Amino acid sequence: MIYVITFMVLVMLAGAIAACRFKDLLNAVIASCLVSLMASILFYFLQAPDVAMAEASIGAALVTAIFVIAIRRTERQE
Amino acid sequence: MRQLVSFILIVIIAGGFFLCLDGIPFGISKTSVGDYYKENGVEQTGAVNIVTAVVLNYRGFDTLGEVTILFIAALGLGAVLSTVKDKTKGEITPTSLILWAGCRFLFPFILLFGAYIFLHGHLTPGGGFQGGAIIASGFLLRYLGCPKKRINKSCFTAIESLGGIIFIIVGFIGLATGGFFLFNFLPKGVANTLLSAGIIPVIYIAIGFKVGAELAGIIDGLIEES
Repeated sequence: MIYVITFMVLVMLAGAIAACRFKDLLNAVIASCLVSLMASILFYFLQAPDVAMAEASIGAALVTAIFVIAIRRTERQE
Repeated sequence: MRQLVSFILIVIIAGGFFLCLDGIPFGISKTSVGDYYKENGVEQTGAVNIVTAVVLNYRGFDTLGEVTILFIAALGLGAVLSTVKDKTKGEITPTSLILWAGCRFLFPFILLFGAYIFLHGHLTPGGGFQGGAIIASGFLLRYLGCPKKRINKSCFTAIESLGGIIFIIVGFIGLATGGFFLFNFLPKGVANTLLSAGIIPVIYIAIGFKVGAELAGIIDGLIEES
């Protein structure tokens, strides 16, 4: 179990760094979506299913969609 | 050079935070209020899900504040979007029949799932905010499948206002009957059944509709502009 959680935290860190470093904003949004998804699974492991549901539906789904729509409206490259 | 300096500053700040948080034991509750909720929550509120009992019963007034914040955010977004004048009505790429049929097939099930989440907020994990967000993601899927089909904006605004008004009216009925705002005036019923926990299901239904309509309205406004 501890290895799974360590792997997920490492994926979160990699996603967060990638979201900052990517020049293509669409890729950055997908990387930040990965962070939210992993955070939601971690909340579930930490026995907080209420927060996990909110994080998965808002952080991973709606925020990503709103950012993608905003990128479509503006420029894709940084 | 600048990157090096900022990196060193971040390391110093992180070290400071680590030193501050190092002395606090992790996972051990320092206050007794959490234990009080766990021991007396089911008995006092009738809700099996203690998180819901805290959110809507012990801390119901805070939830009203949260709902207001979401309302103000949606209002601000609407005000910003309404100033954008050049509505470049580009050609909407028609989606394929398979995608549209799949979205149409999934849409009612997503709505049903969202309704299940907020109806069972006092029994299982979840609640009005989560259920509303799931309903809004159903509308998002529908927009991705067929951008031409629009929601009725005025109907959604009416649902949103009605949800907020029901929340406040329930609170004032509690004020009139029990003496304080959001008093649980309905019978608590048998714990672990659907019709239990007094006003909690009523308020969560109102919040579910309100949040769902609000977030769907935000998505509608954004897609309309793009």
